[in-house]
Amino acid sequence: MSQATAPAVPVVQRVRRRRPIVLLLRRAWRLTRTKVGVALVLLLLGIAVIGPLFAPYTADEFAGTPYEHPSAHARLGTDGLGHDVLSRFLWGGRSILGLSAAATALGLVLGVTIGLLAAYSRGRLDDLLMRLMDVILAFPSIVLALVAVATVGPKLWLLVLVVGLTTMPRVARVTRGASLEIVERDYVQAAEAMGEPRLKILSGEILPNVTSPLMVEASLRLTYAIGLIAGLSFLGFGRQPPAADWGLMINENRLGLTIQPWGVVMPVLAIVVLTIGTSLIGDGVARASAGIDPRAGAE
Amino acid sequence: MLRHGIVGFVVRRTLLGLLTLFLVSIVVFAATQVLPGDPARAILGRNATPESLKTLREQLNLDRPVVTQYTDWLGGLVTGDLGRSLAANEPVTKLIGKRVENSAVLMLLAALISIPLSIVLGSVAARRRDQPFDHATSIVLLALAALPEFVVAIGLVVLFATTVFELLPAVSLIPPDEHAWSHPKDLVLPVTALVIAVTPPIARIMRASMVDVLESEYVEMARLKGLPERTVLWRHALPNGIAPAIQVIALNLAYLAGGIVVVEFVFAYPGIGGAFVDAVSNRDLPVVQALAILIASLYVFLNVFADVATILVSPRLRTSLK
Amino acid sequence: MTAPVLEVEGLRVEVESTGVDIVDEVSFEIAAGEVLGLVGESGSGKSTVALALLGHTRRGARIAGGEVRVDGRDILHRRPPELRALRGGTVSYIPQDPASALNPALRIRTQLEEILAAHRYGGRDRLQEMLAEVLLPHDDAFLRRYPHQLSGGQQQRVAIAMAFACRPRVIVLDEPTTGLDVTTQAHVLATVRHLCDTHGVAALYVSHDLAVVAALATRVAVMYAGRIVETGRERVLFRASAHPYTRRLVEAIPEVSGRHALEGIAGTAPRPGQRPDGCFFAPRCSFAVDACVEAFPPVERVGDRHDVRCFRHTEVLATAARARRPAPELPAADAESVLIEVRGVNAAHGDRQVLFDVDLTVKPRQCVALVGESGSGKTTLARCIAGLHRNFDGELTLRGSPLPAGARARNRETRRELQYVFQSPYNSLNPRKTIGQIVGQPLRLFYDLGYRDAHDRIASTLERVRLSPSVMPRYPHELSGGERQRVAIARALAAEPTMLVCDEITSALDVSVQAAIIDLIAELQREMQLGLLFVTHNLALIRTIAEEVAVMSGGRIVESGKVDDVLDAPQDAYTRALLADTPSMEAALAAAEA
Repeated sequence: MSQATAPAVPVVQRVRRRRPIVLLLRRAWRLTRTKVGVALVLLLLGIAVIGPLFAPYTADEFAGTPYEHPSAHARLGTDGLGHDVLSRFLWGGRSILGLSAAATALGLVLGVTIGLLAAYSRGRLDDLLMRLMDVILAFPSIVLALVAVATVGPKLWLLVLVVGLTTMPRVARVTRGASLEIVERDYVQAAEAMGEPRLKILSGEILPNVTSPLMVEASLRLTYAIGLIAGLSFLGFGRQPPAADWGLMINENRLGLTIQPWGVVMPVLAIVVLTIGTSLIGDGVARASAGIDPRAGAE
Repeated sequence: MLRHGIVGFVVRRTLLGLLTLFLVSIVVFAATQVLPGDPARAILGRNATPESLKTLREQLNLDRPVVTQYTDWLGGLVTGDLGRSLAANEPVTKLIGKRVENSAVLMLLAALISIPLSIVLGSVAARRRDQPFDHATSIVLLALAALPEFVVAIGLVVLFATTVFELLPAVSLIPPDEHAWSHPKDLVLPVTALVIAVTPPIARIMRASMVDVLESEYVEMARLKGLPERTVLWRHALPNGIAPAIQVIALNLAYLAGGIVVVEFVFAYPGIGGAFVDAVSNRDLPVVQALAILIASLYVFLNVFADVATILVSPRLRTSLK
Repeated sequence: MTAPVLEVEGLRVEVESTGVDIVDEVSFEIAAGEVLGLVGESGSGKSTVALALLGHTRRGARIAGGEVRVDGRDILHRRPPELRALRGGTVSYIPQDPASALNPALRIRTQLEEILAAHRYGGRDRLQEMLAEVLLPHDDAFLRRYPHQLSGGQQQRVAIAMAFACRPRVIVLDEPTTGLDVTTQAHVLATVRHLCDTHGVAALYVSHDLAVVAALATRVAVMYAGRIVETGRERVLFRASAHPYTRRLVEAIPEVSGRHALEGIAGTAPRPGQRPDGCFFAPRCSFAVDACVEAFPPVERVGDRHDVRCFRHTEVLATAARARRPAPELPAADAESVLIEVRGVNAAHGDRQVLFDVDLTVKPRQCVALVGESGSGKTTLARCIAGLHRNFDGELTLRGSPLPAGARARNRETRRELQYVFQSPYNSLNPRKTIGQIVGQPLRLFYDLGYRDAHDRIASTLERVRLSPSVMPRYPHELSGGERQRVAIARALAAEPTMLVCDEITSALDVSVQAAIIDLIAELQREMQLGLLFVTHNLALIRTIAEEVAVMSGGRIVESGKVDDVLDAPQDAYTRALLADTPSMEAALAAAEA
């Protein structure tokens, strides 16, 4: 026997027992921007979720005369109707976060499914699905949302639905693009040759390998959903007064900007910090996955 | 029918775009007709008399079958009759004519500034990769890209019009019979808001694309041939770097079409974005339909343009069409 | 001996951020008109050395020491303008992949003219001359083309033209024929040889393909893990080398002229940053003694321009070159029955027909080699048999019963019996699955085993491909190319097939790793009594493993028969040409010695 048949050839030189996805997240975490992003998002999450517990007033209680400057009984002053700005600010994050998260989740689930199906089946189903996506993509998201609101009215479920619907085609496109590459890979072909059920191939071979671009896309979409939902509230088509909502607050207090800026500045800062936070996380993951290419493990 | 060559491709792509637009029109029409209940009643209110309801229904063609309503509307669109505004009770075309021009000015200015700016920013950042300039611009662009446009607009108002400085008008008071460009001060903030919305994504893709190109084997080969660095950058790198950015540029210009909705609202700018928001508030369906189609057409057209431009710019794709 | 044109002394390139050495202590010289072959496997650092000769490094690396002199003048420590003048002018480079090295957005004319302009070397006439030298047309229509409108061979000729344009003193060729057809490769090498001779250029030819180097180079330097371990005349190095690694490398080269078993080398080469204190090869070396792990051996001269870095070179030289042991007898195929029968198959990709009336037979326990260059249709045929390509008509049977076209249409037993091993070890394993899950996939699909039984089966299958079961919880990115390919083979074997289709399974691997895999496959085929369809473009591989061969060209089988018959006495013109163009080390050495 030749020397090469020596049993149990010593195997690897590096002892790295980690799932690729864990490796990716650790790599992402090592970047400063990811840490900053996570911190910012957690901060805003805290304000939105726990904030109301610390609010001195409820969202529609009167705390003083309109447009008062900050004082002892209204730390950030009052808004145009005499409500306490601080309290409304603390109450105002929940709806935005909840609605955006729901809309993004909806868009992701639908979009990933469609993207996977389109990439895997190719041919006519692919054409059909992508054509449908193109129709939705033909509208700027805000235009589609406004058309829906014009028809049905400013309902919250409608916001989630329509923002989810505008997220779907973008997610589908990214998923499809990433999946098309994977579908050509030999390990998918190997599964085909063995007769692995189609669903198992989609979920076991293809989906796990598109999680990197999907995570990046998810954070992008979340950032966008937050902006869109806040924007719709700003235009008056989201939560209606007297509910507290950051977008709504910005519009309501615009008139008094020269007198009392806090009613505008606080929610603006909150949205700025939140969207930058989610964006940083996405960017961190994007950079980390650009560095890791599962193919280039050996020489 | 021209099947081959560039012309054939343009024709096919345009037809595809028109098909999409056709489907879009169905969606717009269907969406606005999906009113739970009776549109006439919703508009006139609960105390409307049966006669007035009937008149309005006839006026809105609601007594005809849906398909006829659709074809009438579509036919009107194509011939230039965009319907009649319910709120203002005048032809939609009259209502929005001037506004289209105003919005066009805004978008054009924003495009003319942002495209060169983002190409330059992206290329310089790629050239100085991992150096301070690159790091700084990367963070700033990332932050700006994350912000919703209305926040950018409000931020600009706070900074330059009301709270920090008071240099520029917070509201664009352009008289209805005058041209937007004769009031430059009113244009500054809205255009800036749009530029800030659109530049970051283009600059970032430009950087990514240029980084790829500068790492490519043909650029390495150009350097190994002893070519001056200037030649390497301008002749070898840039033409290849721009191609992927074209799609993104077109997409973002199309995005502008949506951005003006919010920006015009913030600055009370007399454009179609502002008109659109008003129409939605008033449930002025004909106007909503007309503007939605208008904006969607712009979007579709820009996408067709992007596809065609991408093909033209890449010699490989261009020659494969012949 | 004339004064050397190129002298390299103590060249060191290290990783910029950590200072870890990529290559170090690299010294050699090349005289005018001489071709020095720099051979080594992946990770040896040979490409790094090649680029360093132009004062260039890949991103993240930097030249940290040593000297490179052309005609006595140092070229490393120069200011950028001087360096630019040298590149392309005094020292030029022919890249590995011409398709990527030519700018897709610029016409050929622009790319050719600019090098002349940069070094002020003359105009139109020179351009025509350049192209004539490399046997390319020089009319306007050709010059107006873009790179993608040229064939691979033409692209490489353009690169060669650019390299010789300004009459450089030194040319660096970085594996310039990888990815080219054997025939085109032969032409390109001949052109390079001719130009070097004519213009007295010193050339460094970097390659992993020793057979090619044997044909072209006069002297050879062998690199291992960033060091040159042996330099000498090619005859000497290939017949009687003084370094154990060179010996083993030579023994791993497949040879088209005779039937030998291939020997791989156990273990893998150490990467930068993981190199031991003593001799880097010691862990894998059969001659190693204690002294070998204490210090890296110094350079010693052992013959006429023959240098080696090995403490045990005397013993190595004393050991006669192992006569290549003949391969074990191939199992007798069952003459009567037929396992796979292909009859009159026509296949297409979209509208383009790629297979024309193909007939092929594989008997049980028989290995049939399917040989052809890229584009010949061999992979398409293999995929049709495996059920991965459905666009074909004709007869395809397994033991007499018809095989449905797609894998999904076949029943479970059939799918189990017919297994496929893919070419690229980097693409054929799901990066998100563990080795255990990958090898366990066929068990899950074809058998109903409990956890314990499945685990045991996977472990024993891995041992069969000479991998330790400890690799089961690991992920593909933790394994080397050769190890991954073994996993791919294990996956195929786990199903206990009767027929195995191997599609160019060693093309992406180093020579020594290739040898080990071929050895493994041959042994497995014997042990498990498998029918084997072995697809390859490398004629040299098939003698060790196959009994029958079918040669394909342009979608047709042009010749088939017993391996020995076809290779020793080819009937078809294409087969003859293919044989003639296949680089053979034996033939090159014989020619040199004549």
